[in-house]
Amino acid sequence: MFGPGIWRVKRFADSVPEIMDLQREINRLFSNVGQNTALDYPAINVWEKDDSLVVTMEWPGMEPENINISVTGATLTISGAAKADSLKEGEIYLRQERALGNFQRNFQLPFQVDSKKVEAKYEKGILNIILPRLKEDLPKKIKINS
Amino acid sequence: MSEKDLQKTENTAVTEKIRNVKIFVPHVDIYETRDALFLIADMPGVDDKSVDVEMEKNILTISGRVENGRVKDYSLVFSEYEVGDYERTFTLSNEIDREKIRATVKQGVLRLELPKAEKEKPKKIAINAA
Repeated sequence: MFGPGIWRVKRFADSVPEIMDLQREINRLFSNVGQNTALDYPAINVWEKDDSLVVTMEWPGMEPENINISVTGATLTISGAAKADSLKEGEIYLRQERALGNFQRNFQLPFQVDSKKVEAKYEKGILNIILPRLKEDLPKKIKINS
Repeated sequence: MSEKDLQKTENTAVTEKIRNVKIFVPHVDIYETRDALFLIADMPGVDDKSVDVEMEKNILTISGRVENGRVKDYSLVFSEYEVGDYERTFTLSNEIDREKIRATVKQGVLRLELPKAEKEKPKKIAINAA
């Protein structure tokens, strides 16, 4: 997709790793086919309206009190730990596919959030966070004087 | 487990539904105790009303219906996951006492307790000293 041309790699040989990172990031942003990695667990969807964003996250089997959500300015952080059943002696897992352990994700939001008005709920294993835009940050209509 | 396995994968083996929805494979943990098999399946978006567990002979099918994950009045601007139904089928090797199967759903996780039939349970045989 957005592969670096050879001449560019030559000229900026020192920054190749950065370029590759950037390329990967850009490809990830522009492709909606499943190219997600483990870093992207739990997966989110982002929804937009004029004055707010909604972030939904599929994170089954959590206790609401074990999910930490924090908002600072335009950064949203969601973290938590998913626990496995504790097995007794002699009991064994035949299959282990579910994602357990500690997870943390940070998101850069497109605007400053009014952190006092953020609401979150957790239902059926889906986390739903409403992030209202800070009033002062809303676009202002400029009146044109004739 | 590879990195990619953390994300939902589409179930391509399953027979297609009339409704035009994607069907995903729920990730499961299965463990065995002396008396039962425990199956835990991640199915975000389902509750006790929208999940189905069927057992025919030794074929266990779990399925779940999910309402479209849209948020009212909002438009989707970035997406990492898709919303769809779930279905997965297992062939069980142990004889299961189907009368005693118990299923619970909590926060999008289905938990199944499949007790082994009485005759399948390992019996400890006492050995008498000669």
